[in-house]
Amino acid sequence: MYIIIVGAGNVGYYLAKTLLNAGHEVLLIERDKRRCDLLRDEFGESVMRGRGDEIRTMREAGADSADIVVACTGDDEDNLIISQIAKWYFNVPRTVARINDPRNESIFQQLGIDATVSSTNIIYHLIEQEIEAGEVIPLAALKRGNIEIVDVELSTRSPVVGKRVQDLPLPPDALIVCIIRQENAMLPHGDTVLEANDSVIALVSAQNERQLRKVFAEEQEE
Amino acid sequence: MRIVILGCGRTGAALARIMAAEGHRVTLIEWNNDSLERLGGKFTGAVITGNGLDEDVLKKAGIEQADMFVALTEGDNRNLMAAQIAKDRFRVPKVIAKVNDPIRAEAYRERGIYTICYSLIGSAMIRDLAYDRPLGSVEEYNVVPPELKD
Repeated sequence: MYIIIVGAGNVGYYLAKTLLNAGHEVLLIERDKRRCDLLRDEFGESVMRGRGDEIRTMREAGADSADIVVACTGDDEDNLIISQIAKWYFNVPRTVARINDPRNESIFQQLGIDATVSSTNIIYHLIEQEIEAGEVIPLAALKRGNIEIVDVELSTRSPVVGKRVQDLPLPPDALIVCIIRQENAMLPHGDTVLEANDSVIALVSAQNERQLRKVFAEEQEE
Repeated sequence: MRIVILGCGRTGAALARIMAAEGHRVTLIEWNNDSLERLGGKFTGAVITGNGLDEDVLKKAGIEQADMFVALTEGDNRNLMAAQIAKDRFRVPKVIAKVNDPIRAEAYRERGIYTICYSLIGSAMIRDLAYDRPLGSVEEYNVVPPELKD
């Protein structure tokens, strides 16, 4: 894959390094001259000096043949414009933007960015899971549909153990896509009966995630 | 009209003072208190101190009821992001952004954000003056000439 990374701060630097090690073709674009000179020793031709929000730079970078453009500068507004230009002018199939203010996530989605990554949000979710005993883990917000993948491990005391999938009181816009039982993945049918220690993988709209969580969780004493 | 202006630079301050004096309800958003001195003592509008890309700040400035939003900070990308939030998120009927890079100004104008490019307008005007030609219209000046398209 050909991947263009805009912004060679810590995030861009380690991402480039990781992707190069995995055998991808990578171009790291950075506007600061001194930072570029420094990186050139390590990355050679894979570093380019320029501004990723300028169409000319992106053309020179060969953005029209890029599979992914990752915008990971420290400024949300720059990451938005970089991603939009990549999409509109170079038809880049996938744009990923780093977000610093987690509240910008939904704005970016509304404005057409394929995927966003907010380290603030990731850390927050980790903390939240810690507090809520981590029975349901949101794996990723699915592109623009605002859909979450959740992975639930059923405890022996879960109220759904022994029930058929078709009898579960699922919230609207929720779909059980896979059950993992003793390390075997199976595609569930309506009459599949859930067992303790099953891992249930479901897709659910973000606003119904909490409700889905309740269906599987062991009952809390009031 | 209810007008929200982002950025109290020279343009933002001048626009805010004039429109407020003309009887419009003007709210200015600026994060640097020192810049607010540009407004002088007689400004009758409201001032919100904060980040203009923050939805809470925009709401506090009354963007939900605004008839017009103008983004005039020093950053092209900041102006373009704020303008898109105003247009797509809050459905403000009239949205204008200052964008200094001519190419980016054109790119977003084609997608429905009214962009004003001072560098284009200034250079085109000076060119007419150089040739002793009658001055053109701002609309004509605000278009990227072929020489700048690589």
